[in-house]
Amino acid sequence: MAILSKEEAKRILEKVISFSKADGIEANLNGADNGNIRYARNSVSTSGEDSNISLAVQSYFGKKSGSATINEFDDASLEKVVRRAEELARLAPENPEFMEPLPQQTYGESKTWSESTAKITPDYRAQAAADSINPASKKDITAAGYLEDSRNFAAMMNSKGLYAYNQSTGVDFTVTMRSNDGTGSGWVARNFNDVSKLNTSEASAIAIDKALMSRNAKAIEPGKYTVILEPSAAGDLINLMLSNMNARQADEGRSYLSKKGGGTKLGEKIVDERINIYTDPSHEEVPASPWMGNGLARKKMDLIKGGVVKNLIYDRYWASQKNVEAVPFPGNRIIEGGTASLEDMIKDTKKGILVTRFWYIRPVDPQTLLYTGLTRDGTFYIENGKIKHPIKNFRFNESPVIMLNNLEQLGKQMRVSTGGFGGGGSSLIPYMKIRDFTFTSLSDAV
Amino acid sequence: MKRRDFIQLAGLGAGAMMMPAIPSFSNPVEIERILDPIMDVTQKKQLADIALNTAKSLGATYADVRIGRYLNQFVTTREKKVQNILNTESFGVGVRVIANGTWGFGASNQVTPEGIKKATQSAIAIAKANSKFQKEPVKLAPNPSYGEVSWKTPIKKNGFEVSIKDKVDLLLNANSKAMEKGASFVNSIMFLVNEQKYFANTEGSYIDQDIHRTWPNFSVTMVDRQSGQFKNRSAFSAPVGMGYEYLDGRPEDKIQGPGGIILYNNSYDIVEDATMAAEQAKQMIAAKSVEPGKYDLVLEPSHMWLTIHESVGHPTELDRVLGYEANYAGTSFLTLDKWESKNFQFGNKVVNFVADKTQPGSLGAVGYDDEGVKCKSWDLIKDGVLVNYQAIRDQVSILKQKESHGCCYSQSWSDVQFQRMANVSLQPGKTQLTPEQMISGVDKGIYIVKDGSFSIDQQRYNFQFGGVLFFEIKNGKIAGMLKDVAYQANTQEFWNSCVAICDERDYRLNGAFNDGKGQPSQSNAVSHGSATTRFNGINVINTGRTI
Repeated sequence: MAILSKEEAKRILEKVISFSKADGIEANLNGADNGNIRYARNSVSTSGEDSNISLAVQSYFGKKSGSATINEFDDASLEKVVRRAEELARLAPENPEFMEPLPQQTYGESKTWSESTAKITPDYRAQAAADSINPASKKDITAAGYLEDSRNFAAMMNSKGLYAYNQSTGVDFTVTMRSNDGTGSGWVARNFNDVSKLNTSEASAIAIDKALMSRNAKAIEPGKYTVILEPSAAGDLINLMLSNMNARQADEGRSYLSKKGGGTKLGEKIVDERINIYTDPSHEEVPASPWMGNGLARKKMDLIKGGVVKNLIYDRYWASQKNVEAVPFPGNRIIEGGTASLEDMIKDTKKGILVTRFWYIRPVDPQTLLYTGLTRDGTFYIENGKIKHPIKNFRFNESPVIMLNNLEQLGKQMRVSTGGFGGGGSSLIPYMKIRDFTFTSLSDAV
Repeated sequence: MKRRDFIQLAGLGAGAMMMPAIPSFSNPVEIERILDPIMDVTQKKQLADIALNTAKSLGATYADVRIGRYLNQFVTTREKKVQNILNTESFGVGVRVIANGTWGFGASNQVTPEGIKKATQSAIAIAKANSKFQKEPVKLAPNPSYGEVSWKTPIKKNGFEVSIKDKVDLLLNANSKAMEKGASFVNSIMFLVNEQKYFANTEGSYIDQDIHRTWPNFSVTMVDRQSGQFKNRSAFSAPVGMGYEYLDGRPEDKIQGPGGIILYNNSYDIVEDATMAAEQAKQMIAAKSVEPGKYDLVLEPSHMWLTIHESVGHPTELDRVLGYEANYAGTSFLTLDKWESKNFQFGNKVVNFVADKTQPGSLGAVGYDDEGVKCKSWDLIKDGVLVNYQAIRDQVSILKQKESHGCCYSQSWSDVQFQRMANVSLQPGKTQLTPEQMISGVDKGIYIVKDGSFSIDQQRYNFQFGGVLFFEIKNGKIAGMLKDVAYQANTQEFWNSCVAICDERDYRLNGAFNDGKGQPSQSNAVSHGSATTRFNGINVINTGRTI
């Protein structure tokens, strides 16, 4: 087990700080126990577990700093790593952007740990995979999926008196179901802190239905269409916009938030006024660590309110240059939704396209935040309030900024993984109806 | 896929800062530690034998062990500042076994008899647990026992032995030249890799390898506050399977390209390139926005590699064809029936692709792959027809072939090895043809230099690529720079529209350090070679927008 309690971590870190002879010191102690199982062709392909714990020490003299890491925690090893960091700091070139560590911060309560996830065993993973594979093989469908679970802790302490600790658990599940005739494909993703909310059988049934429903798709002409984006699809594009809210980039003129002629778009309306996006580490559905790696406290904060940019992300150096408070990178994102279910939204659509997910999204132009990518694993044509038939996948070229100006309707929210494929963080994203979404070509891919 | 890392390193992201994350399980270390070999081959053999004997005693029918030390060095700067200097080391052992016809894998950072025994036991336990759900018992293609052998990247200068000061001076000099020419910002990085890998298996191979890779890169940004535009010009360098000699910038490796550009072959002049980059970034802002429509494209090798990688390299990977990557990287349109037909016209008859794990200077070159198979090269597309895939020991029997292609790789000791892309390269044309001669025959076209935006569907049919520099071709002549260019095509139609390939004098390699595949995702370094190539009648879109 690589998970230390708050007290165990504190004891080690206090020892580390006590060995310092530098102007100052900051130490981060992190540990993780991870497990995974992967399956394809209706059979388990790989699975494994890993465990890792390490201590990183940063010492500094003036604006010269050095880092060293160790994974042994006896007194002699702790002293050795501090001495090594100090030696490296003495030899390092001066970093004009170096910031001294933070003093003690006030953090909110953490809600990121779940005992049920902490108790996951290899047998649980094997059963979760079997619950996904068995219903697929009964329906002439081939399952390929991946389940990854993690238990983490993070602790930090510095010579200015700051101590921070958080522990978290997470589970990410994705499965792609393909019909054995090769013409249909469905997908589902689930992401939780608490594994007791995960039912791989129930989730897999959705992907199986999509695989069956999407068989023998018809081609329709590329062009501008009204789309209903499922939360995974909407989230993947909008999160790219939200992770590009760096103040320094905007000030330097190399961001979609830079203003023509100088300055930034902070305080300006950039999307539809019904768009409200905020971060809140204590949110029950998508809890996040109450602090980020350098000790800055995360608080509930608006990113976009009434379509207006309310906050940009300031690292500590840039904040000091601009005489503003540093703003930490959000640990989660919540886009306010509406009450409409997916079925309601389909019923209210005269002509449109339902998109399960996007794939291979890549930046085309950072200036306008134009992205390209494709639909995948369940794309359907809607006519007069009903799903009419599956359609062939499209390539899109669209900017999330333009998309959020073309908002028609917000539906119910759903939790999705922000990073994709377990890449960290979670978001609460509503179903979204968008008009004039730009599809530029057809794909034969299933 | 660690595409995010790749995008950051390549400076393709929105104002990417090119700050690499520390690879997982790596620890920052001082340079003295990097240069210390820490363990000799005799010790490694003794430890490897512990894994192999433990595995056999626990019922494994096959086992292999990899004792790996993975060293990285990053030097990152912006304008006049050094942002970070980081050496990292990851040292450990990975044991892979077959028990009950099922793979199992265990790993440990304790490279001791106890640590190795524990990792082996864990691998056996996982194999046995998963064998309950196994429907396709593993079949390994035969592979000779090589005994005790070794292989080393033929480097002339070990980059890790070059002083940090020299690297910092070189990057800051490149930065200052770009700034003198009016650049608004410049980020630069020197990225070095050394993989020290020891492999042994129960079939009697003991293989010691020392692999080096080098990648200098930068992103020069030009901002025009008045018009609100900004453009990034990335470096014309390639990540290479070479030592620090790649930074020599020898005159004979410089190529005067069409449109007044300078391109690089076997060595690279970062200072000269950064100077040019600033001038070109200015032109990129002022360039004419492209008129969408059909164009003949003339694609330069530092652009071509990524199109080859996505549209040829990935769909010819057998594990994708079989569905093992269906939930992540995707499957492939190159299904087995197309290969079995022996007449699937993947491309025009001038199109020949070779997969290769031996080409000097390439990122994929090693002596033996990560399951102890001696490396080679083989045909994938011959005269336009699909003739083979990329496959490893537990896959080639599906192709009724008797030996592995030797393209198995793991990014570290802590990850299980699996099929990874070899260098996949377009063979140069057989008749003498220079890029200038090629351009002279084009009435309405675009000459594209260096890779840019990229996206392709999960079966590799539909793709879209951007680039860095775009030159309009009118009536056989370069007629100035364009912007907002991306081309879209279907893979098979695209390669069938390939009408001419320049000859071997123009053949160059480029590639990526971080091609991602698998869950959990692993990175693979791979090169792709080509000469400048012409495609007729390709759909070009305009990517300009207003927000």
